[in-house]
Amino acid sequence: MKKLTIPAAALATALAGAAMAQDVVRLGTEGAYPPWNFINDAGEVDGFERELGDELCKRAELTCTWVTNDWDSIIPNLVSGNYDAIMAGMSVTDERDAVIDFTQAYTPADPSKYISLSEDMDVETAVVAAQTNTIQAAFVADQGWTLVEFPTPEETIQAVRDGEADVVLADGSYLDAAAAENDDLYLLERIEKIGGGVAVGLRESDGDLRAALDAAIQSMKDDGTLNAMIEKWEVATLW
Amino acid sequence: MFSYCTDPSTLDGLAWLSCYLTTGKQFLFYTSFGTVLVLLFITAPVALAFGFGGAIAARSRIAPLRWIGKTYIAMVRGVPDIVYFMFFVIALDQGLEWLRHKWKCPDWDAPIRQGSDFLVCAEAKLPLSSSPQIWHEIYNFSLAVFTFGIVFGAFSANVLYGAMRAVPHAQIETAEAYGMSPRQSFWRVLVPQMWMYALPGLSNLWMILIKATPLLFLLGVEDIVYWARELGGTANPRFTAYPHGDWRLWYFLALLVFYLLFTRLSEVVLARITRRLSHGQAVLGGAQRETAA
Repeated sequence: MKKLTIPAAALATALAGAAMAQDVVRLGTEGAYPPWNFINDAGEVDGFERELGDELCKRAELTCTWVTNDWDSIIPNLVSGNYDAIMAGMSVTDERDAVIDFTQAYTPADPSKYISLSEDMDVETAVVAAQTNTIQAAFVADQGWTLVEFPTPEETIQAVRDGEADVVLADGSYLDAAAAENDDLYLLERIEKIGGGVAVGLRESDGDLRAALDAAIQSMKDDGTLNAMIEKWEVATLW
Repeated sequence: MFSYCTDPSTLDGLAWLSCYLTTGKQFLFYTSFGTVLVLLFITAPVALAFGFGGAIAARSRIAPLRWIGKTYIAMVRGVPDIVYFMFFVIALDQGLEWLRHKWKCPDWDAPIRQGSDFLVCAEAKLPLSSSPQIWHEIYNFSLAVFTFGIVFGAFSANVLYGAMRAVPHAQIETAEAYGMSPRQSFWRVLVPQMWMYALPGLSNLWMILIKATPLLFLLGVEDIVYWARELGGTANPRFTAYPHGDWRLWYFLALLVFYLLFTRLSEVVLARITRRLSHGQAVLGGAQRETAA
């Protein structure tokens, strides 16, 4: 009998493991956008979205793993199934919503700000640097201003230093952190209200995952833990 | 890493540097050098095999085979690498998953294409979403090797095609006069001699391949250029125990040294191979070397 039970138990755990294994949710992020997401000293994904994502997975009872992906190919790789959700400071826009689905926003719309080497700069005649495929790049292009695009946020700031561009337009939280760190960079007073808050990006066919994450975000909004996290990482205004 | 690294803000000079250079993040940078080298050493033979196949097909006497060979060479050479890496790889990945899906989940009735989404059953995922991250990396890496193999295979096919034509026709005629079959004269006369003509072109391709690795990050494989940019970027004290300014220049200098050393090493090795292959050959390069020796 004893001999029989061991394989049976092993089989049972193996089956349970197989059932559980399907619940692994792979979260894709960029890993280059502090304080939202970045790679810490230990080489792991860290930041506001790491902490938030882990908490959401706990509340939705999902097993989650993190993957980094280039910003440019982050949506194509989601729809083709290389990971299941995007948490990368991605604002909800109509263009993106046409291709992928979003949960409810986990941070309110973060006003975009300008950073420059001088305090009085007319952005409408200036050369504006922005990261490729962002709401800011689309905004500058729509206004008909002069736009230069860079693959990473870091390079936009470097472009201003090098004189290649006059101002950077990016999420306020990112530029706040950059301005606090660098004495030679100034935030302009002008702000732009673009974008519709940051949310988890999902495949349009993934209704169950969306419902689970939506509920988890709602519960974090209700008990105030989301606000506490936003305050801790200084990523946006509070709900 | 070291016991004194617990509070880096109190350290300076070499002690700080020794802690900084041994963080987990730095080690990811060091291992990415291995990734790049492994990629190169696997890709080169794969590309050469594709190239050899392509060249043979392109000069085949059977028309359809010839068309396939020529189309492969012309098409792949004409499409920009970045397009290949963005779309071909995703298509390849989806194609493999689709085949597995047909095989593993015959009862699935939902459509596989829903709008822009590509949906296969969980068992058909490559690799399974539950498998450890390392398998995902190995899978992405293999896709990268395959894609690099196809792209550089087309270029080397063109080089080999030209090299095969450069071997003096009299050599083949002589071989046939000795009673060798076309197959024998191809393998015993043409192939050994064509390397001399192919080598300069192939060595160019090798050098280009060495520098093409940043395309890897499009596939989620983190290469040395990605890490140099990531590590060299301004490190804000809020997010790291090792804050520093914009050090990308230093990181890219390190890459420059690596690339230069590697190029030099490749040149030495290629020169040796050329010398070896030219031994006893009646071709122009070989004859010159023989008389010089």
